[in-house]
Amino acid sequence: MPVPKEKARVERQAMPHQDAAARVTNFSEVALGFSEELALLEASRCLDCKKPTCMDGCPVEIEIPEFIKHIRARDYQMAIDTIKRKNNLPAICGRVCPQENQCEKYCVLGKKFEPVAIGRLERFAADWEMNQPEKAEKDLPGKSGKKIAVVGAGPAGLTAAADLAILGHEVVVFEALHTPGGVLVYGIPEFRLPKAIVEREIKGIRQLGVEIKTNMVVGAINTIDELLASGFDAVFIGTGAGLPYFMEIPGENLNGVYSANEFLTRTNLMKGYLFPEYLTPIRIGKRVAVIGAGNVAMDSARTALRLGAEESYIVYRRSEKEMPARQEEIEHAREEGVQFRLLTSPVEIIGDENGWVKSLICQKFELGEPDASGRRRPVVIPGSEYEMGMDTVVMAIGQGPNPLVPRTTPDLELNRNGNIIADESNAQTSKKAVFAGGDIVTGAATVIQAMGAGKKAAKAIHEYLSSL
Amino acid sequence: MYEIIRKEILAQGIKLFETAAPEIAAKAKPGQFIILRQDEKSERIPLTMADFDREKGTITLIFQEVGRSTADLGRLEPGDNILDLVGPLGRASEIEKFGRVVCIGGGVGIAPIYPITRAFKAAGNEVISIIGARTAEQLILQGEMKAVSDHIHITSDDGSIGKKGFVTDVLSKLLADEVHVDLITAIGPLPMMQAVSEASRSYGVKTIVSMNPIMVDGTGMCGACRVAVGSETKFACVDGPEFDGHLVDWQLARNRSRMFLAEEKIAQEHSCSGGECQCQKKKPE
Repeated sequence: MPVPKEKARVERQAMPHQDAAARVTNFSEVALGFSEELALLEASRCLDCKKPTCMDGCPVEIEIPEFIKHIRARDYQMAIDTIKRKNNLPAICGRVCPQENQCEKYCVLGKKFEPVAIGRLERFAADWEMNQPEKAEKDLPGKSGKKIAVVGAGPAGLTAAADLAILGHEVVVFEALHTPGGVLVYGIPEFRLPKAIVEREIKGIRQLGVEIKTNMVVGAINTIDELLASGFDAVFIGTGAGLPYFMEIPGENLNGVYSANEFLTRTNLMKGYLFPEYLTPIRIGKRVAVIGAGNVAMDSARTALRLGAEESYIVYRRSEKEMPARQEEIEHAREEGVQFRLLTSPVEIIGDENGWVKSLICQKFELGEPDASGRRRPVVIPGSEYEMGMDTVVMAIGQGPNPLVPRTTPDLELNRNGNIIADESNAQTSKKAVFAGGDIVTGAATVIQAMGAGKKAAKAIHEYLSSL
Repeated sequence: MYEIIRKEILAQGIKLFETAAPEIAAKAKPGQFIILRQDEKSERIPLTMADFDREKGTITLIFQEVGRSTADLGRLEPGDNILDLVGPLGRASEIEKFGRVVCIGGGVGIAPIYPITRAFKAAGNEVISIIGARTAEQLILQGEMKAVSDHIHITSDDGSIGKKGFVTDVLSKLLADEVHVDLITAIGPLPMMQAVSEASRSYGVKTIVSMNPIMVDGTGMCGACRVAVGSETKFACVDGPEFDGHLVDWQLARNRSRMFLAEEKIAQEHSCSGGECQCQKKKPE
């Protein structure tokens, strides 16, 4: 489709940010959001394509040109209503989705110019709604008489729960922690996703009639079989990637070595950054090394600076090009002073006489031939070991599936890594009436992919229940 | 919200709460633990269950006031609520008929050893219990332990009750006297559990200990509770809390238990400056 000249003339609007020097001293949100003026300018760039390819890139199939059209017409209520037809967590997705690999990647405008900033517009519409007076009552759908248990109140579970409630089913969500949200509350830091936003979105899901029971560890207080026997017609498992990986190198159990999950949970969920007003401590040294280069690693390295670390390093065995984190997060980290030690990986953590981390022995790598993942394989440079003085080490090299549900559900088929095997198209597991989606099936991925899986599962569960 | 139904002060600084938690009580097994968060600003702290009553729907928690969080907890009274209580967590003790079992509890560790001892007895084992405390005043659950044991030995550091000395003294003598023992289970402070494991090692008697490392979520998610067992790193919350005492890396466990000592002091001082705490009103010893 030829790009009309007047559309191309307006440049992609930049996201206003808190200044880097100021923001490393606080936990307030870094990206400030579009003003109305910026949103209107950005919305004016959308070509309103007849065949909107952007939608192909959205795991939850938001009608993107339509919501942008409503923004252009300043009908923000219609814009958010359009988004919410497909996405129950828009304020979250507008902030943490990797749009550059999804909707914006397929934006026609992006072929010749910069793509429309779809994510920023989604956030604008969602934030606009949050600033409106709350609507008294939501119209709840008629009751189907069917009851579904959702295990895990993270992105997959919350999405499945909301969609099922909208379809008229009774939904109870079982959450292990004391607060619903999963990785949105324990993992992603306040400065990237304010917890008040998550709370507000979850409130919206509760208003759909979804009941969320916290402090309920399925696999401990009850099992999947017990849920099915106690009157639930179907179960959705969205327990996520809740088991941190370590490198299995010497010194990993020294004091001062955290998994990224522990480091971020102490800081975010338990509000360790407000210690001692909040009583969960988080100890941070002067020099912090974060091993890994995904979004969780960037979150950890940036959190370390905000907690008072003088130097914060990303240590990663491949090169800049292979870093799995979003470009935006890498840039933010760099602006804030995070230092990158690429083509570098620790082989040992050295401790002092009291069992505290003292230094990291690292090895250097160069890139060889592409491996199974298509990325060039890092190859050790012999004799390249060197020591980096360090007080704190955060392991951010990924997470495996949490074992509690599989362990207590013997007839649930798992793959070699311990992930639940579920049909990609309908989330059906090897067990009748049991569906699964999100990181527990795919391994650690993104919030929006988990939401997409929750959506598919909700649809499949609805079909299953309708067939009973 | 979880209401405290009954509170008892068992000894100075050792308190008992019977707490309404019917769903946990219905499922709890000996050896398992819970995690509680007293209020919005509190830490999540793990506590082993000292008992559970499925009919009443209550669980019993016994804890020693060792820091800010347990001191705050100790100030709650019957009718007060604990904001969050999650469990039953961890693997249950392996209870079967082993033959002759020695159950050892040190200090507040007598609380969690009690339901395990009771279960061993109910499973048809001959149970020898060894319980110890610093002083007679600090010794808890003596009557309860007696009721579920075939033989009971009591020790105190100062000799104010039972034999003067440590629980390991009694164990070592039993083993030296060639009393046949099929299994030893010990719960107490780290040095005690280590000493028990060392005492039994050369006799080759399987020795189970219950580790109580620092935890956050208690579901395997954070990995704070790492314990080195043999050549492997285990998470006490989902792989334990019970492990083979002969394989535990005790030095590492001690180091890790001290990870937040400096912060603990800050939390205590913060409490005092907040004026809620009574510690400065007491006369120094």
